[in-house]
Amino acid sequence: MTKALEILANREYKYGFVTQIETETIPKGLNEETIKLISKKKDEPEWMLEFRLKAYRQWLKMKEPRWGNFEYPKIDFQDITYYAAPKKKPKKNSLEEVDPELLRTFEKLGIPLSEQKMLANVAVDAVFDSVSVATTFKEKLKKIGVIFMPISEAIREYPDLVREYLGSVVPINDNFYAALNSAVFSDGSFVYVPKGVRCPMELSTYFRINTQESGQFERTLIIAEEGAYVAYNEGCTAPQFDTNQLHAAVVELIALDNAEIKYSTVQNWYAGDENGVGGIYNFVTKRGACRGKNSKISWTQVETGSAITWKYPSVILQGDNSIGEFYSVALTNNKQVADTGTKMIHIGKNTRSTIVSKGIAAGYSNNSYRGLVKILPKAENARNYTQCDSMLIGDKCRANTFPYIEVMNNTAKVEHEATTSRISEEQLFYLQQRGIKQEDAVSLIINGFCKEVFRELPMEYAVEAQKLLGLKLEGSVG
Amino acid sequence: MLLEIKNLQAGIEGIKILKGLNLKVEKGEVHAIMGPNGSGKSTLAKVIAGHPGYEVFEGEILYEGKNLLEMEPDERAREGIFMAFQYPIEIPGVSNSQFLRIAYNEKMKHLGLEELDPIEFNDLLKEKAKLVEMGSDFLKRSVNEGFSGGEKKRNEILQMAVLEPKLAILDETDSGLDIDALRIVANGVNSLRSKENAIILVTHYQRLLNYIEPDYVHVLADGRIVKSGNKELALKLEEKGYDWIKEAA
Repeated sequence: MTKALEILANREYKYGFVTQIETETIPKGLNEETIKLISKKKDEPEWMLEFRLKAYRQWLKMKEPRWGNFEYPKIDFQDITYYAAPKKKPKKNSLEEVDPELLRTFEKLGIPLSEQKMLANVAVDAVFDSVSVATTFKEKLKKIGVIFMPISEAIREYPDLVREYLGSVVPINDNFYAALNSAVFSDGSFVYVPKGVRCPMELSTYFRINTQESGQFERTLIIAEEGAYVAYNEGCTAPQFDTNQLHAAVVELIALDNAEIKYSTVQNWYAGDENGVGGIYNFVTKRGACRGKNSKISWTQVETGSAITWKYPSVILQGDNSIGEFYSVALTNNKQVADTGTKMIHIGKNTRSTIVSKGIAAGYSNNSYRGLVKILPKAENARNYTQCDSMLIGDKCRANTFPYIEVMNNTAKVEHEATTSRISEEQLFYLQQRGIKQEDAVSLIINGFCKEVFRELPMEYAVEAQKLLGLKLEGSVG
Repeated sequence: MLLEIKNLQAGIEGIKILKGLNLKVEKGEVHAIMGPNGSGKSTLAKVIAGHPGYEVFEGEILYEGKNLLEMEPDERAREGIFMAFQYPIEIPGVSNSQFLRIAYNEKMKHLGLEELDPIEFNDLLKEKAKLVEMGSDFLKRSVNEGFSGGEKKRNEILQMAVLEPKLAILDETDSGLDIDALRIVANGVNSLRSKENAIILVTHYQRLLNYIEPDYVHVLADGRIVKSGNKELALKLEEKGYDWIKEAA
């Protein structure tokens, strides 16, 4: 048992390298001048700068939240670099203009961007520190009306769309980190799927933090018009530094009548070493609005990295008959912390939500599920099913469940199930007795535990997720 | 010699249960280990398989001439030792076929033979499942989850059929089985019996031996083998109980 845990715990973080590239950074610190500088670097219209400044002024009045089930040292917001970008051509019309060192970096991360090697049925937006360096299949998608591009470009090219929806799901003063993001966000992806279009390929963004002292504040906005469908995936990694870096993203999803958005994340930011030194503070606000009737938003997340993960991908179920889903695996090891879950806000009639959360805690880690199910007075016949399972590996870790249920309509039906288990010596022995090595046996048991979540992931991501959890399985067939 | 146990003294949590056990097993033989409750039958099975909860105080076990006690349980399994569990364990979310393919391929890898992909393996699995009259729905279900007692035992024999061990130890495989399930399990075991492998049947009752005929019967009492004989011994035990042996010993 102990040996397998050591192997799992000491698994090398293979994405911990730093790309040696000339980077343009702005001086550390945050004030109105910083924001003007970021806005200018991005060649933004006036309204965007106003949006940022308004958010900044709100942020100044807000307090860093401390209600999470963990502690961390005070963050000095003046000691962070708010913009870092690889030097070189500001605009890239084709991949030939992208620095080969960057292409190599993404290839090393398993994300080939060059025409010959790119993934056949997945369009990729690659974000490096504060900027998007390449987006594949952009033109092909444009032909059917799907817009997939860095949000910094969308602000210039589709200002009306961005202006209408940006901040409409997560208002600039929603919370401390959302306000900070609204003030300083650098890049991220923008997706627009027009009426009746089913996006023929999966869209994917890969976020890479490279610079030691910069924060990453990405902003993603996805809009699915009436009857549209899109599946979007994001992946994240960062080099191994002994300082903590802040990652404060905001993601907003909007689904109109009969539209569906499926959003999957495999988060593998650097988690710090076994003593908890270094690693990413992953403080993220993700929220989707099912604005239209019969719309559906589904979040699937596999959180394995970061020193601290603090995120609650939520769905506002506004449209009648709309559906919200949240499938989550959070694995914490060593001294990692995860305080994650979801919020399902039922407003419309016959709205339904499903929450399946699998928390796995090993080492000295602290793994919490925190979720809110809120049924508002007009949400007739709302339904929620919540299942929270925790698995403990070893006896030094903690798993907690904090469910909040608020029901204001008595036609609602809300179910909550929770279990806590341990990998037993008997299970391990059984698998070992069949010739399976101990560490593989641990992985197999964990994989089985997470099955309901993994099957929601796109194939490639499911495979990647299994590997991330230390699996050696050849495929998920069986 | 396939298995040679010399002066084995072993137990759990510091308590000695086996108190100097000797046993030799050759390829092609079937040995039945019988004895009253608490005599150490299951302890013997678990010590051979390498259960981490059991401790060996003295003695040695040689398997194909190698020191078995130095090997991890998974190594022992890959070297051809199989134990059918008295209480098979549930592994939620892991399908029977996935589990068996991983186990099978681990063994193939160990032997330097070619591993099978899921499609090839499924063909093999379906063939083996016939031996214990298991349908394909069993293969898709999570390992032992929601299986009845009889289904779990049949699943153990299916695993044995897939892994083709050189030494199979069946730990009270007959316990809790109705007569139909017992017949299916016994048929499965008999069809796997060959000159190349050996089977140790750990059982409390003679009943199983009507179906699987042993070459040798050993009676275990208070941590030692107190009497050995052929299948006639088992019949005598059935008739007279264990007490006469204890007295004789």
